[in-house]
Amino acid sequence: MENRSPYVVNAPSISIIMLKVLLALIPGIALYVYVFGIGVIINILLASVTVILTECAILAIRKLPIKPFILDGSGLVTAWLLALSIPSIAPWWIIVLGTILCIIFGKHLYGGLGYNLFNPAMVGYAILLISFPSIMTHWQIPSNLMIGHTDWLDQIKVIFNSNLLSKETLDAMSSATPLDYIKTQLTLNQPLATIQQDKIFGFVGGRGLELINLGYLAGGLYMLKEKIISWHLPVAFLSTLFVSALLFNIISPDTFASPLFHIISGGSILCAFFIITDPVSAPTTPKGKIYFGMGIALLVLIIRLFGGYPEGIAFAVLFLNICVPLIDSLTQPRIFGHK
Amino acid sequence: MKILHHGNGNILSIIFKKLKRPDGFVMQLENIFKFNGGVHPDENKTVSTRLPIAKLPIPKKLILPLRQHVGHVAKLKVKPGDQVLKGQIIAEADGNISAAIHAPTSGKVVKISEEILPHPSGLPDFCITIEPDFKDTWVEKKPISWKTLDRNKLIEAISQSGIVGLGGAVFPTHMKLKINQSQLINTLVINAAECEPFITCDDMLMRERADEIIQGSLIAQTILGAKECVVGIENNKTEAYEALKKAAQKTSIEIKVVPTLYPSGDAKRLIYLLMGTEVPKEKRSVDLGIQVFNVATVAAIYRYLEFGEPSISRIITITGAVKVPQNYEALFGTPLSELIIAAGGSPNKTKKFIMGGPMMGFDLPSIHVPVTKAMNCVIESSPELFPAPKPVMPCIRCARCADACPVNLQPQELYWFSKSSQLEKARDYNLFDCIECGCCTYVCPSNIPLVQFYRYAKSEIIAQDKSKEAANTARERNDFRLARIEREKKERAERNAQKALGAQEKQAIDEKKSTIAAAMERVKQTQQENIKN
Repeated sequence: MENRSPYVVNAPSISIIMLKVLLALIPGIALYVYVFGIGVIINILLASVTVILTECAILAIRKLPIKPFILDGSGLVTAWLLALSIPSIAPWWIIVLGTILCIIFGKHLYGGLGYNLFNPAMVGYAILLISFPSIMTHWQIPSNLMIGHTDWLDQIKVIFNSNLLSKETLDAMSSATPLDYIKTQLTLNQPLATIQQDKIFGFVGGRGLELINLGYLAGGLYMLKEKIISWHLPVAFLSTLFVSALLFNIISPDTFASPLFHIISGGSILCAFFIITDPVSAPTTPKGKIYFGMGIALLVLIIRLFGGYPEGIAFAVLFLNICVPLIDSLTQPRIFGHK
Repeated sequence: MKILHHGNGNILSIIFKKLKRPDGFVMQLENIFKFNGGVHPDENKTVSTRLPIAKLPIPKKLILPLRQHVGHVAKLKVKPGDQVLKGQIIAEADGNISAAIHAPTSGKVVKISEEILPHPSGLPDFCITIEPDFKDTWVEKKPISWKTLDRNKLIEAISQSGIVGLGGAVFPTHMKLKINQSQLINTLVINAAECEPFITCDDMLMRERADEIIQGSLIAQTILGAKECVVGIENNKTEAYEALKKAAQKTSIEIKVVPTLYPSGDAKRLIYLLMGTEVPKEKRSVDLGIQVFNVATVAAIYRYLEFGEPSISRIITITGAVKVPQNYEALFGTPLSELIIAAGGSPNKTKKFIMGGPMMGFDLPSIHVPVTKAMNCVIESSPELFPAPKPVMPCIRCARCADACPVNLQPQELYWFSKSSQLEKARDYNLFDCIECGCCTYVCPSNIPLVQFYRYAKSEIIAQDKSKEAANTARERNDFRLARIEREKKERAERNAQKALGAQEKQAIDEKKSTIAAAMERVKQTQQENIKN
């Protein structure tokens, strides 16, 4: 006779956990729509449909039960995170292609749910960034800065067929991100203070981006409260990013942006709470989580300041993903009674 | 229901906190050292504490297993047909680590046979079956004047009592009192935590017989020569706490409240909660001068010394889906079915019963198994109380199991190693530190029966070690045999060589002799020829 105790369990299912992650993204998404318009919603819808169809097909090929693995919701989380990472006016096929790449190369090639070495959303993002650099760096400018009147219909047109719009309208809609802008302007020997006079900058970060980041922060705090994520990752990441950016800023305020700018302008908050907290590809030990978060923060800053890309999150996350087995094995907690 | 997280266990956290209960009673939680993890399942304890402890009537037959304790099986002292009296020894302790079995009531031994025991194996073992005469006649009770007797005499006396650890460990109690002179005991810990859900036998015992517990604790403290005695009780047992507090008023016994958190009743966890002392892996608490007894065990010690009543019954909780959940004082050997009838019968058709609590208990093989010294609780299972396990999903490494592990293990890694049969790796990751409390399984969102994987991996490793040991022994034996054969061969060869040498010498001598003889012959012939000539 087998001893099957414990007879009672009390755990949220994976579906509930993933649902809460999606829920936590809502405030950020709502603010995104408020600031930039409907483009991001279209991307999210496209990604969601793509992820479901792709996963169904792969699960069928792998002869796995479709229902439990679709309903676990992990695919949707990946899809949404990718949709939020790409420019909201990118052509429709970018998000579709990116989502397919995420699911195939980021997830199922490693064995599917629970087996991926790398953060699937970041795998997709990195492939897109390398393959389509110009599309991936053309971001929309906030609606209230647009010259003339551009409405949501124009955004839809641009996503589905950019030929429908005149060159002027297109240019009016897109620009580099604040991080990108600083990087290119610094090479022209402009002091930082002058660069940040540009209209795409807001109070401390990119105009509009500040607000969206606050939305992500709210979602992140909700996940902390619900114990969906542990505090180690966001705290280690954000504090390391802040402190290291502060050091550079103190050394040379003319060439290195303020630490707050680094936290609130790019994808740092999304990264801190939603991306590096992917449990499958992150370390599991408390100390390991701290080293992982710190490592990503340092790498992000190095890439942003000295690397070839304005934003370093995807590459930093993927690189630290490689180190996870080592980090885990080196940070085993002390067992009770072992001294 | 909520999972409690306590951050890192190796950071010593001392908490001063007052816990207010709905009835306004305040239980002081102070100087508690919290260990990592633990869970707080639905307590389900109030269902069986509404009624006082009842005495279960003498059943028509009593089945007494000879194996009811850790150590050597008791030696049979009766044969079928013998009349026995209540409290008479019917099987005596075989050596030190063993305990006697006493007749729970007067009657006739009808058979000695193999019966199914309340054990996860479901295997039968030798039992004495007694048919009670319902007169309940005692043998001459011999109370022991424990206030004046010296400790060795007391331990000697208790070794006849049949008392074993009633918290479930069933280790013979006199052995735990018999500490050798080099191990001085500083602290006696009385385990009153009772952290498993549903179980209330200790709770009810404390409410109703707090004096016996306190007296028993004092006796144990005196025998051990312990400087202090601390009772650890979870903060969900208000009435029991008050009763103990009152009973301990004029003594130096300290009653400490620990949070209601499973598995705080585990001895090593309780010691940490109360004293902040981590018992090292390879040591026992006595090595650190700490001895732990369950409340029911010390109460039994008191009853044996004060009234001369050996261990013939215990308090047992019958709860779960039965109609009237309650605690009973049941004679050892009482068929479980009698207990079920007393609790109003089973409304379910499934008739599945769990022995112990829902976290570490096991399915009973039959409802006819007898009540034993280890049986603290029987829960009638039902799909509402204990739903069937949900489909297993892949591990997403969320580490909730690691957060819940009271030993600080990394259950998600151990699962991976156990599943892929990397048993050496599992051992490296301290698989054998797992106390099988089930907290990891309790919190797993993927419904993975983690603890079952560890039980399996442990048994596999033990089996492998055994076979390796057997193989080593066999190899050594074979090596020895080969060496012996070789030696014998060598010796034979030497002998043969010796023999061959002897033969050669003989031959040489023979040759010499024949040469001489031939020469002599020639001389003779020459002489004869000379004579002829």
